[in-house]
Amino acid sequence: MEKHVVVIYPHPDDESFGAAGTMTQFREQGVPVTYLCGTLGEMGRNMGTPTFANRETLPEIRKQELIDACKALDIELRMLGYRDKTLEYEDRGEVAAHLKGILQEIKPSLVITHYPDHAVHPDHNALGAAAIEAVRLMDPADRPTVWAQALTEEIDGKVRERDIVNDVTAQFDTKLQAILAHKSQASPMLGLMNTEDKETIEAVKDRFNTESFFIWKYDD
Amino acid sequence: MKPIVKAEVQNLLNQFINKDVYIHLETTNGAYASHLNENAYNVGAYIRNAKVSFDQAKIVQDGNIFRVGLKMEIGWIYAEGLTDWTMHEETKLLMAGHDREGRLMVSLQISETPFSY
Repeated sequence: MEKHVVVIYPHPDDESFGAAGTMTQFREQGVPVTYLCGTLGEMGRNMGTPTFANRETLPEIRKQELIDACKALDIELRMLGYRDKTLEYEDRGEVAAHLKGILQEIKPSLVITHYPDHAVHPDHNALGAAAIEAVRLMDPADRPTVWAQALTEEIDGKVRERDIVNDVTAQFDTKLQAILAHKSQASPMLGLMNTEDKETIEAVKDRFNTESFFIWKYDD
Repeated sequence: MKPIVKAEVQNLLNQFINKDVYIHLETTNGAYASHLNENAYNVGAYIRNAKVSFDQAKIVQDGNIFRVGLKMEIGWIYAEGLTDWTMHEETKLLMAGHDREGRLMVSLQISETPFSY
């Protein structure tokens, strides 16, 4: 059993769409889970449907949504204070050192983050790379296991089977509750779920009923 | 935000003329555009808290959308596709254009004090 799980993603809602079921499975086992959320998604373009946020009110709205989602998931939350869309321009070493400090304090047995270069959004790729670097900087004996989430089918040009494939159907209600806490962001997904097209509904459910990860392999 | 009424916004733009102001100017089609549609391109740009001064400001209506041009001493600031506006904290003029799903596509914001950063 894991001792403590730390999830590192850049945006409020990455945790709910990407790993809510997995986090819920850990909470069901009594494992503490901490979410390190990189930014407040300040530059998001979803403003709610119908629109209720604007560029200046969005950060506070998303912060509250994030707090509500973490409450629904029964996980601890820490906000890292970076700015949306800028993580790839921050000094990788500084971000890694920041994360390493937090990991040394929490001493997790497992870290979940994005798979660098295969997580579509530049912030995902940059924070995933910094998280993996943070663990690499640790003494190999103290390193937690790292699960890296790729959002592309192909990895380095070929389809690779994920090491961890979690069926979270049993946790889907909690996951959906967490997703819906992100009111300003969830409507496009709900739009898909409300469609008459059965194939679309099944595709959405399939997509969110499974959470899969690669186990990161360190060379040294 | 509420739908732009040209005269109201023109009146507010006039109040920023010949003052040192901070601008937020942005356009985006989302970070997932080319992920969701391989024929699409990810395009976006923003500048936040550029300190400028303009001596002319005009809003133009074109059907349901609006354009704003601000004339500076040695250049221009321009935004197309604006649909909505609000005054934020009573001093910051926010204008934005949203698509049918309410997603922001363009924004132009003007304030005498910096936007939070």
